[in-house]
Amino acid sequence: MIWPIDLAILTLVVVAAIGALRVKDLLGASILFGSYSFMMCLLWSIMGAVDVAFTEASVGAGVSTVLFVAAVFRTSRRTRD
Amino acid sequence: MTDLISMVVAKYNYWIYITLMMIGLYAIIAKNNLVKKIVGMNIFQTAIILFYVSIGVKKGATIPILEHGHGPDAHHVVHAVDYINPLPHVLMLTAIVVGVATLGVALALAIRVYNNYNTLEEDEILAQIREK
Amino acid sequence: MKIIGLIITVVTGALLFYAAGDFPAWSDPASPASTYLSPHFIEKTMEETSVPNIVTAVLADYRSFDTMFETAVIFSAGVVCFFLLRISRREDEEPETRYYRHVLTGVTIQLKEGHKMPPSADFERIDSMWTPPDLIIKTGCRLLIPFVQLFGLYVIAHGHHSPGGGFQGGVILGASVILLAISHDLRTAVRRMSEKLIGILCAAGVLIYACTGALCLLLKLNFLDYSALAGILHVDPITARSHGILMVEIGVGIAVLATMIWIYNNISSAGRYRQGL
Repeated sequence: MIWPIDLAILTLVVVAAIGALRVKDLLGASILFGSYSFMMCLLWSIMGAVDVAFTEASVGAGVSTVLFVAAVFRTSRRTRD
Repeated sequence: MTDLISMVVAKYNYWIYITLMMIGLYAIIAKNNLVKKIVGMNIFQTAIILFYVSIGVKKGATIPILEHGHGPDAHHVVHAVDYINPLPHVLMLTAIVVGVATLGVALALAIRVYNNYNTLEEDEILAQIREK
Repeated sequence: MKIIGLIITVVTGALLFYAAGDFPAWSDPASPASTYLSPHFIEKTMEETSVPNIVTAVLADYRSFDTMFETAVIFSAGVVCFFLLRISRREDEEPETRYYRHVLTGVTIQLKEGHKMPPSADFERIDSMWTPPDLIIKTGCRLLIPFVQLFGLYVIAHGHHSPGGGFQGGVILGASVILLAISHDLRTAVRRMSEKLIGILCAAGVLIYACTGALCLLLKLNFLDYSALAGILHVDPITARSHGILMVEIGVGIAVLATMIWIYNNISSAGRYRQGL
């Protein structure tokens, strides 16, 4: 495991998580959550958990982002926090 | 002092996992919007999965797929230290897929709430319930 | 509420930070998690099941009872989404005017006061907010979908030797149908894969899994002990375990594929199945 890459991706994960929770638009939050999931997938492939990384890439970054966008489309983009 | 610094540096991954978990927990409790709460729930979940996967990591080991499984040199002794611990991977693989299923249920509930109250904000929903 | 949340978070975090000091060192081969059971799995998987991918072997053979109920959880999540959101045809008020579009020329006709068009291949029903899909996106996705589906089948079938298996392959197959629903519209996807078919597939996946287990029981071995299948498949018991893993992976794949499409259909149309995203 190469620690500078690991540390950089861990920082990006935290930034994406805080960004997804702080942005004042739910569509933006769902897209940022998709990027968070993809960063998580990179982290797992660094750790050698290839099966878990594959699952997260298809499930977390793929389907759950689509589900979030669909739900936001059916409700509203407005949020106060 | 150097002991403390070396301990902090040696386990930096664990500190970041705990930070992620705290972010998720705070979002579940304190956020006002239902979709934001669901995002927080997923962040909490992935932080725990990250912790589980990280306990399986071994120094100097490779991914848990056996080399030369079939073929001419198939019969050789496998040493456990050469491969990463596969057990946490198995547990977490199913947890991720079950996670997206529960995410679907949570979003379906959020859509039902929106259809009834026309808002996703928790305090506005509570105010509408009190008026009735 | 924010202050209470902050206090709870900080207290939990402080406890965890305190406990993290006692964790085994990072990437330690002698940590408790990698010493008791996992060496057995790593060293014996090849002789006992002849599957090189240890994760697949543990998932579908050693821990197959657990995975069966994980599949059941996914199935029930699909059913819950259906019951929460689906609006039945009786409750759903049909719109007064219906729109039909001639497929070849793109001419749209409007029928008022609940008149219906006789079913014909030349016309397709569209919604009032229908917008024509972009040509580039439509053609690009049409070209892409067969390859996505082929890759999904490869992932299910090759899960023994490379990363992959029923869960990942099922999600990829489901995503290909979701891609069709996004790039065209929901009606197109539902025409290809009707709601009834999705429901049947969803249950059939779990049933395939459980039936494989019950078959082993009928052949006088334990539930989900695939070496019992050796007599039927005419192979030795070790290869039979490898084939049994493939059977349950196919079941998992079908269940996950159907559930993903079901959840997406219900959420994207809020249970009306009229127009998607």
